[in-house]
Amino acid sequence: MSSATHTHGSHGSSSQSGEVQPLVGHLVSYPTLLATGTTLLLLTIITVAVRYVDLGEANIYIAIGIAVVKATLVSLFFMHLRWDRPFNLLVLVGSMLFVILMMCFCMMDVGQYQHTFIPGNPSAVQMQLDTTAPGAPITLKR
Amino acid sequence: MTTLDSRQIPTSAPDNYLTHTRGLLSWLLTLDHKRIGVMYMTAVLTSFFVGGVMALLVRTKLLFPGAVEWMSADDYNKAFTLHGAVMVFLVIIPSVPAALGNFILPIMLGAKDVAFPRLNLFSFYLWVLGAICAVWSLLVGGFDTGWTFYTPYSTQFAAGGVIPVLIGVFILGFSSIFTGLNFIVTIHKLRPPGMTWFRMPLFLWAVYATAVIQVLATPVLGITVALLVIERAFNIGIFDPSMGGDPVLFQHFFWFYSHPAVYIMVLPGMGIISEIIAVHSHRHIFGFRFIAFSSIAIAIFSFLVWGHHMFTSGQSPMMNVLFSAITFSVAIPSAVKVFNWLATLYKGSIAFNTPMLYGLAFIFLFTIGGLTGIPLAVLSTDIHLHDTYYVVAHFHYVMMGSALIAMIGGLHHWWPKMTGRMFSDFWGKIACGLVFVGFNVCFFTQFMLGSQGMPRRYYMYQPEFKMYHHISTGGSYIMAIGFIITAIYLIHSLFAGKKAPANPWGGASLEWQCSSPPPHDNFAVTPRVGDCYDFSAVRWDEEQEGYVIDTEAHIAAASNGKGH
Amino acid sequence: MSDITNHTDDAHAHDAHGEHAKYPFLAHHFETPYQQFDSCKLGMWLFLATEVLFFGALFVMYAIMRFKDPEVFSYASQYLDTIMGGINTCVLILSSLTMAIGVRAAQTNKRGLLITCMALTLAGALGFLVIKYFEYEHKLHANLKWGPGFYVPASEEAKVAVEVAHMTNPVLELVSANPSEGASKVALVALPPADKSSIRAPKAGPNGVASPAELEAAASTHEAGHVDTAHLLDPKLPPNTHRFFAIYYIMTGLHGIHVVIGVGLLTWLLIASIRGRFTSEFYTPVDLVGLYWHIVDLVWIFLFPLFYLIH
Repeated sequence: MSSATHTHGSHGSSSQSGEVQPLVGHLVSYPTLLATGTTLLLLTIITVAVRYVDLGEANIYIAIGIAVVKATLVSLFFMHLRWDRPFNLLVLVGSMLFVILMMCFCMMDVGQYQHTFIPGNPSAVQMQLDTTAPGAPITLKR
Repeated sequence: MTTLDSRQIPTSAPDNYLTHTRGLLSWLLTLDHKRIGVMYMTAVLTSFFVGGVMALLVRTKLLFPGAVEWMSADDYNKAFTLHGAVMVFLVIIPSVPAALGNFILPIMLGAKDVAFPRLNLFSFYLWVLGAICAVWSLLVGGFDTGWTFYTPYSTQFAAGGVIPVLIGVFILGFSSIFTGLNFIVTIHKLRPPGMTWFRMPLFLWAVYATAVIQVLATPVLGITVALLVIERAFNIGIFDPSMGGDPVLFQHFFWFYSHPAVYIMVLPGMGIISEIIAVHSHRHIFGFRFIAFSSIAIAIFSFLVWGHHMFTSGQSPMMNVLFSAITFSVAIPSAVKVFNWLATLYKGSIAFNTPMLYGLAFIFLFTIGGLTGIPLAVLSTDIHLHDTYYVVAHFHYVMMGSALIAMIGGLHHWWPKMTGRMFSDFWGKIACGLVFVGFNVCFFTQFMLGSQGMPRRYYMYQPEFKMYHHISTGGSYIMAIGFIITAIYLIHSLFAGKKAPANPWGGASLEWQCSSPPPHDNFAVTPRVGDCYDFSAVRWDEEQEGYVIDTEAHIAAASNGKGH
Repeated sequence: MSDITNHTDDAHAHDAHGEHAKYPFLAHHFETPYQQFDSCKLGMWLFLATEVLFFGALFVMYAIMRFKDPEVFSYASQYLDTIMGGINTCVLILSSLTMAIGVRAAQTNKRGLLITCMALTLAGALGFLVIKYFEYEHKLHANLKWGPGFYVPASEEAKVAVEVAHMTNPVLELVSANPSEGASKVALVALPPADKSSIRAPKAGPNGVASPAELEAAASTHEAGHVDTAHLLDPKLPPNTHRFFAIYYIMTGLHGIHVVIGVGLLTWLLIASIRGRFTSEFYTPVDLVGLYWHIVDLVWIFLFPLFYLIH
């Protein structure tokens, strides 16, 4: 509440259209909203089209890149983050950073231990294992 | 109004939150954070009793190695699992933030309520629903997976009510999320003028850091247990290597929440200790900003170290090294706190009453708990100590010796405020002594058991461990007696306790400036905020048999820059 | 001046009472409408953060599964209907747009426009669910399921045979329920030789190529219990393809649940806006549900390329 009034106060008188102004929050103009919507639809068409072009590894990065652009547009304009309090932006970006953190650590690990997996159900695997203590190197009985 | 008038404020206002409205429904449907806090506290303490009985059953069984008539190996597994799950999900996680925090946080902040009172009540009923799911699980055969629900045991082998308890955990997770969310918004938006971030009591900083973890980590637990339910019910194989799944992935997901959850448990406890130490030694807290920022640092570090639970479960060597290294760094903010508390005590005018004894017990036990974590963070020693009683002892020192002891200390600290009654300090000290001694006898022994190779969760043990197990069980009985005494004198004080003054300990934060128990709206007038750790304007008043604070002098001192 | 409580004759208190009289929607514990709006908005954003983590964990699961078996994903993705998915994406984007316009309408007191926008958004949500229903229905009909059900169930006699064998050897169930050939081999190695004779080949295969009707025809022409449908398998079918569909159902299903919740919230907003509850002074529910609806859109923006557009 300490700084609640000043940012909102600035929005009140900035209208040119003569419309009713909201007591709180920010008003986004129709052209901005429509432009955002159109861009999102266009990007959707592009991302579908790219699916049919074989770019090898690049395909998934392009798809994710377009998705990130779309998500940014939605959050900045539809969700008012461009005009909202920076802390709300921090909340969204922060939560995404934590997802990325989780993804990075998990991916770094998963890539490395795959070769130690022994396919099969647990009881069958146990019969094949030659290990005596927790933490001992896992070897197969030969 | 002058300070003379303030002395004439009756020790308890004619209308307080307990007498504001009457009847059972006025409690069950209340939106008052204080009543919700009291309901939480009652529920949490009831669960604590259940979890405690389970612990005693487990310890009593371990007087005898192997089979006993009254408890089969299966029952034993179920008993320790229930003990762990109840204590973690139903007791410690909601104990300080949801129970004590709900009551104290808005008052400390100078707010009338939390930001979303309905959400607050909803979160309490989610807790109740989660507890009902746990009971449901018991009715369909209980669960014996341990509180960690590791795959493939939990998905393919464990019998009985695994799915009900997982649903319960999912629901409890959302209860915890909503509490955390509420607290973040309350602290951000409901601070009265003058309550800047650095005037905020350290308990609020700690609860804030906790709430950040609750909001960011708990959803992952929700999705993890949901996946486990789906895996168990539909056999989709994402955690099953025979179907191309990955059992280690479950542990990654589980510990991404459950390691930060350790800090959900202990951080608010540290906040309580910061309050208790400062108030009862009547000395300005040493290094306010260091303690405040160390809470935030712990919250952030807590997300980076989950892999240290998985050193022996197939995690890759590179990640082992990485997680081990980051784990050591958690010691820094923890040690910052401990040293600052010690520095606060130094040359303080320490009152050795019950809350303070719990506070000192916390510092002692937390230090042991923290230091014994180091061998577990070292990769080489962890291979020896992993899944032994050493681990059991270590996390009991942190979860019980720190988090729960702090909760009980906080309960004593704010008991006069919550109930308007003083408890018997004499019995309080005796009970605290018994709990402290019993705890150490019970769990220090387990360090020795573990380092000699006694695995955790075993029904049977070698004869050479018999003496240690007997000592440990004896310690648990001493602790139980301590808790029973605590329950007796606290309940007794409700009916026959001396009326509590507004400020029995000499605190300077806002909650001591409203009557005991607080009125329905906490503060009819938005309070003015001074330095909550500046005790120079606090003095004893014979008439009220409590402390009074010279508000003008208090605020003047803060604005003169004598604060931070 | 004491700040001990129970004194209402204070200038500050008068101010607060004035605000409460002026704005009937202002809750008792807030001082100003700005504070209330800000708090609600922050609360909603924190809730959205939990949603991000909630779905984020599933995206991590997706990434790891795809990393482990990329061929499963590129193979199975062809069974998802890109056109339907694409239409659904557009439906959600358009409903997000109408929601955003609806928020503006509420902010500027345009009740008619608000009602129209809420109705359109609700229609979008329902349309999404209808299309999703047809997609699911189509896949389930084609037996593109999440687990062992991905395989056509064995005939009744074969099931009995497996159950009898299961009573004598619990490992067997895992074998028979096991779609992975490698795993079956391991299990066979582990079993005592006497039990091996009781194990039969998996009764049916995935219908990556074969239609259920073809499988049924194959089953009826063969002796019960010895159905060999291996010739019906797509030679390119990677093992454990069911996992793609498991993740698909979990992630789109969770998203679908959010859409269903959105339908409930939008219906409530529609009714409330018809009753004229929202004004330029108080439109917080519209704004917050709008945020929720946009995050539902946002999640789908990532789900769509990750499932439907794998090259």
